[in-house]
Parts: sequence; structure tokens; C-alpha cells
Amino acid sequence: MVQGLSLMPDRVCRRDDGDVSTAYAPVRASRPVHGRVVAGVAAGLAGNLRLPLWVVRAAFIVLAFAGIGLVLYAVFWAVLPLDVDPADPQAASARSADTLRLLALAALAVGLGLLLTAVGVNLFGGTIVPLIVAVFGAALVWRQTDDEQRDAWADAAGQAARRTAGTAATAGRWRILIGIALVVLALIALLASRTNPLEALQGLAIAMLLLAGVAVVAFPWVYRAYRAQSEQRRALIRSEERAEIAAHVHDSVLQTLTLIQRNADDPAEVNRLARTEERALRSWLYAPTGDPERSFAAAIQREATEVETSYDTTIEVVTVGDCLLDAGLGATVAASREAMVNAAKHGGGQISVYAECREDLAEVFVRDRGDGFDLEQIPEDRHGVRESIIGRMERNGGSATFRTTPTAGTEVHLRMARASEGAS
Amino acid sequence: MSDRLRVVLVDDHAMVRAGVRAELGDAFDIVGEAADVPAAVSVITSTHPDVVLLDVHLPGGDARAVLDACLNAVPGTRFLALSVSDAPEDVVATVRGGARGYVTKAISGEDLLDAVRRIAEGDAVFSPRLAGFVLDAFSGAPAERDDELDRLTPRELEVMRLIARGYTYREVASELVLSIKTVETHVSAVLRKLQLSDRRELARWAAARGVV
Repeated sequence: MVQGLSLMPDRVCRRDDGDVSTAYAPVRASRPVHGRVVAGVAAGLAGNLRLPLWVVRAAFIVLAFAGIGLVLYAVFWAVLPLDVDPADPQAASARSADTLRLLALAALAVGLGLLLTAVGVNLFGGTIVPLIVAVFGAALVWRQTDDEQRDAWADAAGQAARRTAGTAATAGRWRILIGIALVVLALIALLASRTNPLEALQGLAIAMLLLAGVAVVAFPWVYRAYRAQSEQRRALIRSEERAEIAAHVHDSVLQTLTLIQRNADDPAEVNRLARTEERALRSWLYAPTGDPERSFAAAIQREATEVETSYDTTIEVVTVGDCLLDAGLGATVAASREAMVNAAKHGGGQISVYAECREDLAEVFVRDRGDGFDLEQIPEDRHGVRESIIGRMERNGGSATFRTTPTAGTEVHLRMARASEGAS
Repeated sequence: MSDRLRVVLVDDHAMVRAGVRAELGDAFDIVGEAADVPAAVSVITSTHPDVVLLDVHLPGGDARAVLDACLNAVPGTRFLALSVSDAPEDVVATVRGGARGYVTKAISGEDLLDAVRRIAEGDAVFSPRLAGFVLDAFSGAPAERDDELDRLTPRELEVMRLIARGYTYREVASELVLSIKTVETHVSAVLRKLQLSDRRELARWAAARGVV
């Protein structure tokens, strides 16, 4: 609870760009995924303006005949974010559908232009076509940057795993390049229509020079701002980490210390509390970051921790190598647990567990420093040794051997050959 | 009395120093204590102890900084790393930095006495965990450059496996029908390889700590 609360503000301010963090606020218009004809612009606006959908659509159609409608539509398309519901499987396809609709609309526009040219209207000498092309290119760039921010947000939330980042980034870069090219081409066309080509080129060169000058002058500021921003982000991540550690220390360590003070007159309980907390903290700090459901070493470690806790003993675990659990290794882990339990119950002293996973063989040694026992005279209540250790290993194609002496304690040696596919 | 070993404790927790002092004080002369890197360096260089018990993590650097500053200044002094850390890179970096052994703070008083005596005699002290790290690092395919330093002999592997299984040197010796002295020689050889080999795995551990 504490952890959640302390992290909440960080999570919010980590989205340092106000645009992104408010993109899903209900006040702002967005393009719905469902009930759209072209890109959902009209539907989104209608929802936001509380107007009937047909009124907005009619307005766009009327304005389109004046030319400005198409431009407006494209701009809204670029600016309004897609209303993505992460749980909705259709949302993923909405974006690719977007592209298809865009192509269809472009084809329609080209057709309309050809028709008008055929009728005799000079489109290409005028300013309308270059303007539209420029707006289209700019819209492409804006849309792309907007998408990238949304993707970054979605990635952080762990929702966008379905698309491989590499192809998405390449596609995005191409879209940005095409957008810039369209804008530049449109500007050239605009210039060329007003003046003769040579002057247009001169103008272009001057513009380029100006741009280069501005870039040189602005570079330090831009670079510093970029550095400052990434520095800020790093600081935020650091403070988040610190908050997590503080939350953990508060949650477990401080509470355990309180419990220890309260039980100061009960040495056994103090000992138990301290040991449990030490194990918890240790596994949190130095965890062999394996999954006990899949990793052999992590599974052995987990069994040892559980036996330690239930039988109030200490087990020193050393693991070498690791491999994926299969049926045989699962049986080995279960038999190791049984051996550890035996060592804790009947052995005594320091218990050592050594687990090694090699290409062809997995071995576990469980050793205690107790008085040893005679395998032939195992009492009935210890049939755990015969059944749960020896029987279990042999049923799975492994073996278990015992070495026990009254002076040096008992050592259980488990061997399990590994399936050949595991060696690859 | 003059042949009692002289020991310096370096640990930033006063409670740990007090505990170790209580355990070792009867057998050894604790000639100095230090809680951080500069204090440790000045205490060690002024007292020339036989053995330094060195915590891996210290304010103002880590054990590596103390080792770098002291190893040449006090050639007779030997270092034993004593740590709660289970992270292999910490342990391996300290041993590669010049410590002749590594034990965890959970070690029993008796074992610690034994370890200090061994270190003072110039032997290496491997805890089961350190032996496990060594086996991990030297397992698998040998490095491309098939250096003698990059692989353990079958005998050394056997010794390391038994230590990792929790065997004492004496138990290892009787298990392999060797003398304790021979076991110590094997362990020292492994220590030398651990310190000098440039196997990829070791380099990776060292790099993770920002040391070479």
C-alpha cells in the first residue's frame, strides 16, 4: 500500500509532456475506434461539441467544396489522438485501417483533381494543390510524432508488446521523411508558380542558408535542453528507485525490528524473526533472478528457503550453472527438498546444499553435520527416505545415494541425467 | 605473547566490529579498527598487521580501494574479505583485488579463527560460496586463448566441488586421500588463477563493478 501511494506521484510526473498525460482525459476530443466512416474525426468532434453526428459530417462536406474542408479534416485527423482502449482487440487494427482509409482518401483527391483539370480548371499553376500537399506532409509528421509519444506511453504500461519496436520505428522514420519531402516539394512548387525557376532555386538556397544559420545558433540551446531533459528523467528514475527501496525497508525491515523489540524476552522468536527478515532482504537484494517454476537453481533455492523457514534452521545453498526444469529435474528438486527436510529434522548442525547443472548431468548434494544413521535400520516413520528420495529419483531415471557416518553427518547425493535436447 | 597474530578490523558497522572483536579478541591482538577507506589505509599502513579483515562495502569506496592503496605499502599483510554480500561480482572483484579469501559474516567464531590463522600462514580461504563462484566462472568451454590460467585441473575442480559441498579442508583431504597441505596448495593455485586469469566470465564480473 505504502509503495503504491509513494509511487503514484512519480508515475504521473514521469510523463513530462503535458500533451501525452492529458491525451486520455475525457474533456479532450479524440477519434473513436468504432462508428467511423473515414478516420473518426467527425464522430470525435461531434462527441466533444455535443452536436448530432450528421451536422458535423454535413459541415465537413459543405466546407470540402470550398476547399478548406479537406484541409481542416486532415489537420484534425493529425491532431486528434486515437481513442485507444487497451483491452479492445479492434484498437490494434484501427491504426492499419487508418492507413488504408488515408490511401483511399488520397486516391479520391487525386481523382477529383484530375476531373477538375479535365474540366479546365488550372490546379497546378495555382496555390491550392501545393498548399494541400504541404498540409498533408505536415500532418503526416505531426501524426507520427504523436503516435511515437503514445507508443512510448503504451510501452511503459506494457501494452504495446504486440508490435516489434524495430519495424515500427523504421516505418515511423519513413513516414516522417515522406512528410518532410512533401512539405519541401510543395514549397518549391509554390515558389515556382510565382517566379521563374531560377529565382525559385535562388530563394531556396537562401532559405537553406538561413535555416543552417539558425540551426548553428540554436544548437547549443537545443542540445542543452535535451541534456537537461534526459538528466531530469534519469533523476526521476533514481528517485523512483529510492522510493521503492524506502518502501521496502519500511514495509519489511522496520516492521520486523518493531516485532523484535516487542518480543525481546523471547530469544527463539527474536532469532526466527531476524532470520526470516534476513532471508527476505537477501533474496530481495541479491536474488538469482530466476523463476522457480522454470529455473533449476532458483527452484532449489526456493525449497531451501522454505525448509529453513519451516524447520528454523540455516541452509547454505551453493548453485553452479542453471538449466530449465523438466520432469526429471522437477523430481530432483522434490527429492532435494525431502533430503533437506530430513537433514533439518534428524541431522542437525550446518546444512549445506550444493546443486550443479552441467550439460549432461544435474547433481545435488545435501549434507548435514548430525550423527548419521543406518540406512538399513530406517524406522517406519522415515520411509520418506526410501519413497520420496530414492524411489522418486529412480522412477525418473536418476539415482540417490547416501553416505552417513556417526562423526561426519549424512550426505545425500542425487544424480539426474539430463535429456539430450537440454544440452543444446 | 609476542607471537600472537596482529589483526585489523575494517567494517563500517560498529556492531559488527564489536562482535568480531569479541570472537577474535582472546586469540589475536586486535591492533586497529577502521570504518571507512581513508581510516583503513592509515591504520593498516601504520600498524603493519598480519591479517586485515576487510568488509567488501565501505563508505568512500569499497574493499578494492583499500587493497589498491595497501598491497604494495605493507607487503607482509594479508587480507581476508568478510561480507554479507552474496553478489558474485563483489566477492570476485575483492578477491581479484588481492584478498586471499572470502568468508561470509555468518561464519562461526571457530571457523573465523581458523580462517584468520590460515590466511596469516599464506593460505587461501574459500567459503563454499566462493568455491561455487569459481566453478561457475571456470565451467563451460575454456576461453578462446587456451591459457593454463583459464582452466582448472581435474584435481582443482574436485577440491572446489567438495568445498562448495561444505567440506572443510580436512574433510577434503581425507575424501581425496591427500594431505591437508596438498589441499591448501590446490586452493592457493585456484586463487592465483582467479586473480590472474582473464576469462570472459571473470572480466564480466569485474566490469560489472567498474574495475578491471
